[in-house]
Amino acid sequence: MKMLFKGSEAIAEAAVRSGCRLYFGYPITPQSELTEYMSRRLPEVDGTFLQAESEVATVNMMYGASCTGKRVMTSTSSPGFSLMMEGVSYMAGAELPAVFINVVRGGPGLGDIQPAQSDYFQATKGGGHGDYRMIVLAPHTIQEAVDLMNLAFDLADKYRMLVTILADGMLGQMMEPVEFPKMRDPNDVPKKDWALTGASDHDPRKVTSFDIDPYELEKMNLRYQATYKKVEENEVRYEEFNTEEADIIVVAYGTMARIVKTTIHMAEREGIKVGLFRPITLWPFPYKRLNELSDTVENVLTVEMSYGQMLEDVKLGVNGKANTPFFGRSAGVVPTPTEVLDAVKKAMGR
Amino acid sequence: MIDKIVAKMPKSLSGKEFTYCPGCHHGIVHRLIAEVIDELGIREKTLLVAPVGCSVFAYEFFDVDGTVAPHGRAPAVATGMKRAMPDKVVFTYQGDGDLASIGTAEIVHAANRGENITTIFINNAIYGMTGGQMAPTSLLGQKTTTTPYGRDAKANGYPIRMSEMLSTLTGSTYIERVMVTTPQNVLKAKRAIKKAFEIQLKGLGFSLIEVLSTCPTNWGKSPIEAGKWLEEDMAKYYPLGVYVDRTKEAE
Repeated sequence: MKMLFKGSEAIAEAAVRSGCRLYFGYPITPQSELTEYMSRRLPEVDGTFLQAESEVATVNMMYGASCTGKRVMTSTSSPGFSLMMEGVSYMAGAELPAVFINVVRGGPGLGDIQPAQSDYFQATKGGGHGDYRMIVLAPHTIQEAVDLMNLAFDLADKYRMLVTILADGMLGQMMEPVEFPKMRDPNDVPKKDWALTGASDHDPRKVTSFDIDPYELEKMNLRYQATYKKVEENEVRYEEFNTEEADIIVVAYGTMARIVKTTIHMAEREGIKVGLFRPITLWPFPYKRLNELSDTVENVLTVEMSYGQMLEDVKLGVNGKANTPFFGRSAGVVPTPTEVLDAVKKAMGR
Repeated sequence: MIDKIVAKMPKSLSGKEFTYCPGCHHGIVHRLIAEVIDELGIREKTLLVAPVGCSVFAYEFFDVDGTVAPHGRAPAVATGMKRAMPDKVVFTYQGDGDLASIGTAEIVHAANRGENITTIFINNAIYGMTGGQMAPTSLLGQKTTTTPYGRDAKANGYPIRMSEMLSTLTGSTYIERVMVTTPQNVLKAKRAIKKAFEIQLKGLGFSLIEVLSTCPTNWGKSPIEAGKWLEEDMAKYYPLGVYVDRTKEAE
């Protein structure tokens, strides 16, 4: 049965159905509805909701909760995610699974509260210190966001990694009919033989990102890198729309990809076949498939609600095989389908 | 031949050699905590949150499940653990830089929520691990590597009294300041630590024991001089005693 749901609340409900019973968070626009939803929903399912004193505390509460092996999440928006970066780095180093929702807004600094995609670098290239990676999933509809929640928690547990759902203010605030998956048993999660549950049935366990001996720390780092390699090999996800015999390929993700789908129909009426390549995993980025597609067109146009962040990954993927023009607006301004169409025509020299 | 064993390594210590300097009080406090854990029979359900600082290795010294929190964040990490597993005993071990400087927000709010955790707070009036810089608890006039002319209130503010401050919060159930300079003090400190853990076991809320401690290395004193300075100067500014006891109200 489909239900009409606001994006933020739909994501929250999907998380509950994924077996998440622990939510720590701090209010920030444009995602506070998610926090509020959890505050009323989690008590209904014997879960724990706690409003932390800051995003700094939030991520550390997640660290503690994740140490016990239970599924845990938070949601925030750009400035809040920046504050969490210290804990993100520690969690990545301690190989603690958790799910973050970043409903991105315009930046830098306090910026504004409108939709943006200007946190791509922060999510995919680090943000915190050290050689770590996070899996980054980018839904373009509320339904897709709902569907990705189960995957997010499963990937986090499977690889002992952090997973970020990179959404934006548009997805967080809009309403759409959605179909929810079935409720999962919160205890039905993979066995975690590393979790801190009290040394009753095991020798004392230590969860840490710390080792003062560089050779030991290097071993830990090589283990992280081996995990990241596995993720790159197995977890790349993307959608191709209209790419076969396309005149031009547009690369876009999230809300921007949704707008490009409208542009595709407009372009059709003008006799231009626009193909959309939509990365669903921003990390690991679908370099390989994009490289193959680059053989089929002269232009691979990147369109973002930023001034060109994913563009750098697109260039790595295309690797000189095609032109890589760019169109973007940022700071909370959402490009219109017409503006994107103009960018398509300009790229094609029309 | 040994007739009677009067002292042995507590079960809750791993036996790994401490990394602390001669005359430092961390070792004594570690032992007291371990003895309390043994006596209460809670080793198998105790989770330790170690800090950043000299006691960063505490997670290796205690023979319990444990982790290391980011600097100052131990109370938030402990909150997450305790909320996820309310039946476990969760304690943080934090120094003054950790608890009274970078982690003030986390300790204040954990206490204010009445978080059912225990904090052991080591106040030695200096940053030990990083080499003797001024701590928020350094005394006025105290020379450190970042106050080479002595701590000046105009520039650096005043030594912060955490136990007094935290005791004003209704969420704090039990807060006591102790020291471990003499056998008598050590016994008192152990009783305080035990009480703090018992409060958690009874689900009565937040407990914190502040232990005034020496740092002979960074104070530039011999262990004996350091003990004397602690008793005569530090304890004068940071009086020992119970700052709040809401155990009866909480019961």
